[in-house]
Amino acid sequence: MTLPIMKYDAVIVGGGGAGLRAALQLSDAGIKTVVLSKVFPTRSHTAAAQGGISASLGNSDEDNWHWHMYDTVKGSDWLGDQDAIEFMCRQAVDAVVELEHFGMPFDRLENGKIYQRPFGGHMAEFGKKPVRRACAVADRTGHAMLHALYQRNVKANTHFLVEWMALDLIRNDNGDVVGITALEMETGDVYIIQAKAVLFATGGAGRIYQSSTNAFINTGDGIGITLRAGLPVEDMEFWQFHPTGLAGAGVLITEGVRGEGGYLLNCNGERFMERYAPTAKDLASRDVVSRAMQVEINEGRGCGKNKDYVMLKLDHLGKDVIDQRLPGIREISIQFLGIDPVKEPIPVVPTCHYMMGGIPTNYKGEVVVPRGKDMEAVVNGFYAAGECACASVHGANRLGTNSLLDLVVFGKSAGNSMIEYIKSHGNEYKELPSNAGDFTVERLNKLNARTSGESVADVRAEMQKIMQQHAGVFRTQSVLEDGIKKIKEVYKRSQNMFIKDKSKVFNTARVEALELMNTIEVAVATMICAEARKESRGAQAREDYPERNDELFMKHTLYYNDGRGLVYKEVHNTPLTVDYIKPAKRVY
Amino acid sequence: MSKKVKFSLYRFNPEVDKKPYYQDIEVELDDLDKKLLNALVKIKDYYDDSLSFRRSCREGVCGSDAININGRNGLACLTDIDSLKQPIVLRPIPGLPVIRDLIVDMTQFFNQYNSIRPYVVDDRPMPERERLQSPKDRDELNGVIECILCACCSTSCPSFWWNPDKFVGPAALLHAYRFIADTRDQITKERLDDLNDPYRLFRCHTIMNCADVCPKHLNPTKAIGKIKEVMLSRAI
Ligand SMILES: Cc1cc2nc3c(=O)[nH]c(=O)nc-3n(C[C@H](O)[C@H](O)[C@H](O)COP(=O)(O)OP(=O)(O)OC[C@H]3O[C@@H](n4cnc5c(N)ncnc54)[C@H](O)[C@@H]3O)c2cc1C
Ligand code: SF4
Ligand code: SF4
Ligand code: FES
Repeated sequence: MTLPIMKYDAVIVGGGGAGLRAALQLSDAGIKTVVLSKVFPTRSHTAAAQGGISASLGNSDEDNWHWHMYDTVKGSDWLGDQDAIEFMCRQAVDAVVELEHFGMPFDRLENGKIYQRPFGGHMAEFGKKPVRRACAVADRTGHAMLHALYQRNVKANTHFLVEWMALDLIRNDNGDVVGITALEMETGDVYIIQAKAVLFATGGAGRIYQSSTNAFINTGDGIGITLRAGLPVEDMEFWQFHPTGLAGAGVLITEGVRGEGGYLLNCNGERFMERYAPTAKDLASRDVVSRAMQVEINEGRGCGKNKDYVMLKLDHLGKDVIDQRLPGIREISIQFLGIDPVKEPIPVVPTCHYMMGGIPTNYKGEVVVPRGKDMEAVVNGFYAAGECACASVHGANRLGTNSLLDLVVFGKSAGNSMIEYIKSHGNEYKELPSNAGDFTVERLNKLNARTSGESVADVRAEMQKIMQQHAGVFRTQSVLEDGIKKIKEVYKRSQNMFIKDKSKVFNTARVEALELMNTIEVAVATMICAEARKESRGAQAREDYPERNDELFMKHTLYYNDGRGLVYKEVHNTPLTVDYIKPAKRVY
Repeated sequence: MSKKVKFSLYRFNPEVDKKPYYQDIEVELDDLDKKLLNALVKIKDYYDDSLSFRRSCREGVCGSDAININGRNGLACLTDIDSLKQPIVLRPIPGLPVIRDLIVDMTQFFNQYNSIRPYVVDDRPMPERERLQSPKDRDELNGVIECILCACCSTSCPSFWWNPDKFVGPAALLHAYRFIADTRDQITKERLDDLNDPYRLFRCHTIMNCADVCPKHLNPTKAIGKIKEVMLSRAI
């Protein structure tokens, strides 16, 4: 069967912050661009981001990008690439000012400048004291940013294919990316979309865990598709557990609560972070706070009947501050737990939140993979940005508010790289391979043909349980080895999934099955990479290897799903213009 | 503890059904299934995988899962199952073409949104840093920018049902006000002229359905009133 073909110079998969920022760059340059998204763009999970976007504007405290860069390197536990980090932190001020110019409704200070609040791990004078660097729109920063970017794309007449799902990459004999296959949900039809350049901005994959702050649609499609195309993904062992997910519900309570002066308590009413991080206290880096909470819970100082959560206290901030700066979390807390934080503390637990790893790129947004001796050969025509990409600015642990920044900085820079590449290729599209689309059609036919087998819901639930139990906040060799065995079994089961509903029009059962085929790839990658990294660094906390081991493990993991297994590549230790920030012990 | 809950679901799949029908179904839910969305997910996962609905964030920020619940529009993810009379009757939000089951075609809704030029227009050269705005001016946007474009309001508005192509509708009018009120925007006059039309704005008869149902507790009627106020004050 041959699939119908559509043609665009640039195809962007993903209508979240990263995809929309890139689209704007391309549309404004007059490039024929299309954005595909599984959901209407403003429904992307960027809308859920609460706390803020970082930039050393210095509106409230003295600040500069050198300090921001230092914090990001330290936050990454020295696994971040320092050229990319310098690039991002230097661009931050311009990027945020640009968002303001796009119409983003930032909160304001009395003097009319953008309001900034403190956030975990963001410090002045190279780690000395907390600094106000997070630019905020109350506790709805991502929502405001996503809408502003979408609005700007309406102005730029960007073309959207809404409720379209990308299924696979198309590569030619040279390995260049020349298009994708995609499913139009409303009709159930599958197309080839031929392109000169393809950008993946498909967001996170937090749905590999049982308890997650991520949306249903965060299924790691970009990662699954990349792996199936024979390309590696980077640093998949590093998952951020956010300290304050609402106990039981998983919904996020922003770190901005602690930025505004809230703090954590154990069952004895003790402000325990003072013991773990004497300087930064509750505003230490996320991995540090999550581990401290887990230790408190493991040692019996958790709260509640089962002693399985801690308390986040903020009533002392007063109703006015809460209603002005944190109205969204008040609403969430009342909605999901019936607790009004103006009066009572909120029960919270460390909850899966953010994927530090992803599709390997350089700071220009080009996808780079090993080829011969070159560990970072560019894949022609393929770009990635946002949470699905690994630039790597977040290394082993991301600082809060650095992701929204990452979206706009690397969305723009990937857009610029694509413009350059497309212009250098004139009007020519590279030829599609004769079997383009066959792989996708085969996958779909198999799924359609099966009338019995594993249910999608069961396979997903089992995967989430295993990830929760075997790849959580603390990890050990035996737990991970067991985890690998178990997750591989689930992987096998996933090959035999079936759906009862075989119809074409808006078949969301089919969409969920196709999503799970991607998510399970992410889960397996995570488990295998975590087992192989026998050290503790950032979000990877190995009880059996409690120290960071720079000699053996200051390197990025690359994972292939096709038998090539794991390969390692060096961390970039040459920033663009400044001196290398040398590794040190991380104390907050 | 588990509990049994009865539903009556609007079903329509254009490939097989000549016309829509209601499916009665009793579902076993547990304590964690607090919200209506939990129940819908359970039905799809364990009872009938063909039930189609939209959902994403499950926390009321994405606007995907607007549904007509026992006759009233709301978000499935923010509606407590226990607050609802059984059988819980679920229908697609009214007034827009149904694609399948609880999924409607939102094109007209978004066309109206696009029609109000939903972006700040300021063609003056931009300063190197942020434009200044006082906290007071910025506060004027509160109660407006929180909109998640769920369409609960517009699809409860009789005027929108009758004239979805001509009447802008409460959601898009709320946004129209957002850009009129933003001190950074430079085309207030054009915006007002565009709305000064028997249909675009003035089909609103202040029936207030919109403000009643908004899951984010926003008040489009008030925003519409403010647009009229600005129009009046400019006319004098
Ligand atoms: C609750 C929460 C709060 C957060 N708060 C903050 C914060 O305050 N500050 C901060 O810096 N970071 C925060 N983060 C992190 C940050 O919000 C995310 O990392 C970021 O928004 C991801 O943006 P993105 O553009 O990469 O992806 P997303 O916004 O997730 O968008 C992904 C897009 O890809 C599309 N897509 C995916 N797969 C496919 C496919 N197969 N075909 C077609 N389209 C597809 C989706 O439809 C969607 O449009 C938060 C995260 C969460 C979960
Ligand atoms: S107040 Fe106006 S916009 Fe709102 S429901 Fe009534 S007629 Fe519609
Ligand atoms: S105003 Fe309220 S009901 Fe209407 S679209 Fe916005 S959030 Fe939904
Ligand atoms: S699922 Fe996002 S608003 Fe309900």
